[in-house]
Amino acid sequence: MKQFQYVKPATQQAVLDAVGKPGSKIIAGGTNLVDLMKRGVMAPDKLVDINQLPLKNIGITKNGLHIGALALNSVVSENNLVAQNQPLLAMALKSGASPQLRNMATVGGNMMQRTRCGYFYDTTMPCNKRVPGTGCGAMEGINRMHAIFGASPQCIAVHPSDMCIALAVLDAIVIIAGKKGERRLPFTEFHRLPGDHPELDNRLAKDELIVGVEIPDNNFAKSSYYLKIRDRQSYAFALVSVAAALEIDNGLIKNARLAMGGVAHKPWRLFDAEKSLVGKPATEENFAHAAQLAMQGAISHGGNSFKLKLAPATITEALKHAAGLV
Amino acid sequence: MESKKPCTGPDEDLDVKDSSRRNFLKQSTLLTAVALTPGTAMKAAAGHVDEQIAAAFEKMPLKMQVNGRQQNLSVEPRSTLLDILREQLDLTGTKKGCDHGQCGACTVHVDGHRINSCLTLGIMMNGKKITTIEGLANGDKLHPMQEAFIKHDGFQCGYCTPGQIMSAVACIREGHANSEHEIREYMSGNICRCGAYPNIVNAIQEVKDGGMAV
Repeated sequence: MKQFQYVKPATQQAVLDAVGKPGSKIIAGGTNLVDLMKRGVMAPDKLVDINQLPLKNIGITKNGLHIGALALNSVVSENNLVAQNQPLLAMALKSGASPQLRNMATVGGNMMQRTRCGYFYDTTMPCNKRVPGTGCGAMEGINRMHAIFGASPQCIAVHPSDMCIALAVLDAIVIIAGKKGERRLPFTEFHRLPGDHPELDNRLAKDELIVGVEIPDNNFAKSSYYLKIRDRQSYAFALVSVAAALEIDNGLIKNARLAMGGVAHKPWRLFDAEKSLVGKPATEENFAHAAQLAMQGAISHGGNSFKLKLAPATITEALKHAAGLV
Repeated sequence: MESKKPCTGPDEDLDVKDSSRRNFLKQSTLLTAVALTPGTAMKAAAGHVDEQIAAAFEKMPLKMQVNGRQQNLSVEPRSTLLDILREQLDLTGTKKGCDHGQCGACTVHVDGHRINSCLTLGIMMNGKKITTIEGLANGDKLHPMQEAFIKHDGFQCGYCTPGQIMSAVACIREGHANSEHEIREYMSGNICRCGAYPNIVNAIQEVKDGGMAV
């Protein structure tokens, strides 16, 4: 690992001052960053440890459920307020990584983990995300895990988070601190598609800091489900995952939210499928129809063509679980 | 490298047998460091002492408690907790498997919670209490989980075992050892390439069902 300078500022202002400088990088849990630094994929000159900031709080505010950026993934997944109000988030978190990693990883860090693939990690291979302009090794290479939605010729990597799929479905808001104060960004706008700049995973500016996320109140707690399909039962990235949240009244769907993981550079919301479900009975037939709508525009790249069948099947199954049909 | 002996334990016996292998590894590491480092480090290397190489880089003070004993160290910011435990404190019970958070062999407890020490920068552990496999037994009396792993043959080659045991203890403390399914899910961060999983699950279930304090 390359040498770097280490600082641990005591205040948010001092963090913001430090991170604005070129070569600086924030570290919280470090589970992704330290791994990438060991492999030489990322090589910051200075690490700014933010663990002294008071950002671990989980509580109810007038805007809904507030979760501090430094709350640990394990703590959020076991928290009573989360279990009562947003069980989908707990379910997604528990399906991610391992218990050890969840004890280290923070909510903000989970959002900031790199969208990535094997070619991004392998410094002997071309990768537009790691070194812009070098090409994409995955496009014609081994691309079993890769994107079927929203990709560009530059990059077909996927964002591996489970937590973020749930937060996208729950219409979460990201609270971001900068030198000019705080701004609020819808979660679905936080992460980017690769386009011509795959080196950028999200819209957080260099001199900004995630301070927390907020989940507005909803009526999804009774009918929500996170279904993650992977190569082994536990501790593996999703081939495809689906977060499904329904509000069902007398058998009719009043409100629906759907998002997929493992299929795009960012959490992939299924807006058309959601709309198609509103006002319909909660039946397998309607779920399968929504799943077909969700697949419009999907493109595979060889190794990942199985996802074209796996994804709609996973959507249907997740909706059945959410609706209590399984 | 300065050889500190902060703890006595089973590892001390192993040191005799392992000394030639370990010295070889340390010397190889030194040669690699010389090959990779320019300027000041090369000058330090002329003395053929690896402390001098390390001193050529910026070090920072680190105070942490390891297995109940206060340690005042000087570390490079890039040193992982795993490397500090093994190389500076000679606590080689904690194993380096994948070194990338994928296998769990390096699992230790920080303030009572299990983490991967390979992905943890030591400098971030200032003021923390670390427990490694060496700190689990009570003197000569093994921890109930260590006894159970022996009784149920919860290992074959033994390389993953320290991590498995640290994780198993945490698994019960967290309240996630209530069924075979739950144990398997909450032990999934510890890979055993020999495939001793059924015996590991049996060992954990016995300790859990025995109701012993872990």
